Amino acid sequence: MPGWALSHGWFWIGIFALGCYHGINPGMGWLFAVALGLQEKSRRTVFQSLPPITLGHLASVFSIVALAAIGRQELSQSTMRYASAVFLVGFGLYRGIRARHPRWVGMRVGFWGLALWAFIMSTGHGAGLMLLPFLLGSCAGANVHHMGMGMGASAQLPFDIWILAVALHTVGYLLTMIVVAYSVYEKFGVRILKAGWFNFDLVWALALVVSGIFLAFRVTGFP
Amino acid sequence: MQLQMRPDPTFYPSARLAMQAPREKLAYVAMLSADGNGTRDGLAVVDVDPDSKSYGKRIGELVVTETGDELHHFGWNACSAALCPYAPHPHVERRYLLLTGLRSSRIYVVDTKPDPRKPHIVKTIEPDQVKNRSGYSRLHTTHCGPDGIYMSALGSADGTGPGGVLILDHYNFDVLGRWEVDRGPQYLAYDFWWHLGHDVMVTSEWGTPDMIEDGLNPELLLGGKYGHQLHFWDFRKRKHLQTVDFGAENQAVLELRPSHNPTNTYGFVNVVISLKDLSSSIWVWHRDNGKWAATKVIDIPAEPADAEKLPPLLKGFNAVPPLLADIDLSLDDRFLYASCWGTGEMRQYDVSDPFKPKLVGSVHLGGIVRRTPHPAKPDQPLNGGPQMVEISRDGKRIYFTNSLYRSWDDQFYPDGVKSWMVKFDVGAEGGITPDNKFFLEFNDRRAHQVRLEGGDSSSDSYCYP
Repeated sequence: MPGWALSHGWFWIGIFALGCYHGINPGMGWLFAVALGLQEKSRRTVFQSLPPITLGHLASVFSIVALAAIGRQELSQSTMRYASAVFLVGFGLYRGIRARHPRWVGMRVGFWGLALWAFIMSTGHGAGLMLLPFLLGSCAGANVHHMGMGMGASAQLPFDIWILAVALHTVGYLLTMIVVAYSVYEKFGVRILKAGWFNFDLVWALALVVSGIFLAFRVTGFP
Repeated sequence: MQLQMRPDPTFYPSARLAMQAPREKLAYVAMLSADGNGTRDGLAVVDVDPDSKSYGKRIGELVVTETGDELHHFGWNACSAALCPYAPHPHVERRYLLLTGLRSSRIYVVDTKPDPRKPHIVKTIEPDQVKNRSGYSRLHTTHCGPDGIYMSALGSADGTGPGGVLILDHYNFDVLGRWEVDRGPQYLAYDFWWHLGHDVMVTSEWGTPDMIEDGLNPELLLGGKYGHQLHFWDFRKRKHLQTVDFGAENQAVLELRPSHNPTNTYGFVNVVISLKDLSSSIWVWHRDNGKWAATKVIDIPAEPADAEKLPPLLKGFNAVPPLLADIDLSLDDRFLYASCWGTGEMRQYDVSDPFKPKLVGSVHLGGIVRRTPHPAKPDQPLNGGPQMVEISRDGKRIYFTNSLYRSWDDQFYPDGVKSWMVKFDVGAEGGITPDNKFFLEFNDRRAHQVRLEGGDSSSDSYCYP
């Protein structure tokens, strides 16, 4: 496995970059941490808010990946791939047309409140779904098979690679949030939101649709 | 679908940043049809760009589709609260004005794009939908909240109580239902606003529809039956937390102006009339030993007057009450404006220290007895008095109108309110001066609330200090 891991740099870079992308979106966590810090006038609060947010995000992504792992056990590889592709496209279209956000949340949230918020936010955005094209990507699977490291004849990434991928994704997410939250809190201020709050959600929705299509047609970015 | 790639340029993370907004060029003004019989209310578009030829004039008008709405207050579909971190939706547009009928309970959704000078109705929410879905009627204040559009309603569907708060979806304007989960002892309603940083909502009290629609009822007033309390709520759990009672002699606790900084926990509210001496007052609500409390910080006395010059309702008192009907707080929490509708005076207080306000500006205009003219037409006595006041985001200008509420207009100004809108300039260290180029008369209509293009000092809420 370490050999496979090293020889598939793009796979891991992609997983990590996806974590960074989730992390940089103001709606996914760092901005909440900054707001709480500003409210309490405490940098400590900013950083204390990031672990529960990360935990919620991790729980959301892990749930989706675990569901996919179960699906993979129960369904044939192609059924799984097409089902995921349809789901990705459908979810992406839904997100694009009908943007929604949590309601009845507030600013006075504790550890578990933040974790729950991040879980809902990540799940609602389909954060875990974004990993599926990578994990189910057939080329990567085929390569594993090639190298004799697959699980039997199924030509799939082993589940421990999936776990590793979720972990790396989460590290990318957390590191990005730390950097952005720190810079905004200490340096730029929330003024940056006016120009900097790019419509990540729309790009996100588009990315879900595109990755669904790619998945269906067996085109993936990593060899 | 939200295709904007950047947040609406009129959204600001904090009130401090909103003060740097560009100057407004248009104002929208809710108008009541003056005769009230069969003519419809509307929304005026007023040019407030000093470089324009039509400065200070009406340059557009929307007439609504039904009669008898009593347009009064209104608000935007979205504002700076869209940037709040927990329910972000920064790529919606500040585009639609929700015009509410205080009498009819109807809601007109008015689109201000593509031409902001030609607003048009894109959707009408009929009173039945409001009543059936929320149980409320008689819509008053509208605020764009972090997760929806909030409105207050004076009464229940049948025109009695309780009044309360309802929510609309800010994407499709569906009435989602009543806001309160546990209203506790709250029964009367009027205004509401919040301390977003503390998850606290505040609501105030006027009267139920049957107490106000036929005019100010002297029996109810002298019996201390109009509202005299503030209510504090858990904004997340939608649960009543605490009542603060001003005492029954303080009648009609109306406009709520919390500090625009979400870390603060104080705000200002006006009492229209005291049964003791007809005075008006302004109170500060604040935290005190873990509870909410309120302290009177401004007292505006009634002025002695000849009974001859008073309307029948006031003849027995030989005094004209200030009838403080609206207050408004600048975005830097520094200046508080107070509209004395009875005595015809606009006051400006420096409230840098909220507990020690300093009177720094005063200009008379109209008034039950004074009838002070505007400097632009010094020979023409004015009736009505300063009422709904709006402050520009930079705090340098205020705009106000002179009509209050049809049945009350007729009681206090029985000669019939002739409506006007004016603009005053604000000095850097306080002081207010009428702009001689801005005196707008409304012949067929009565002007009520003013909203400024891009937002103003009572349209937006902020989640960041």
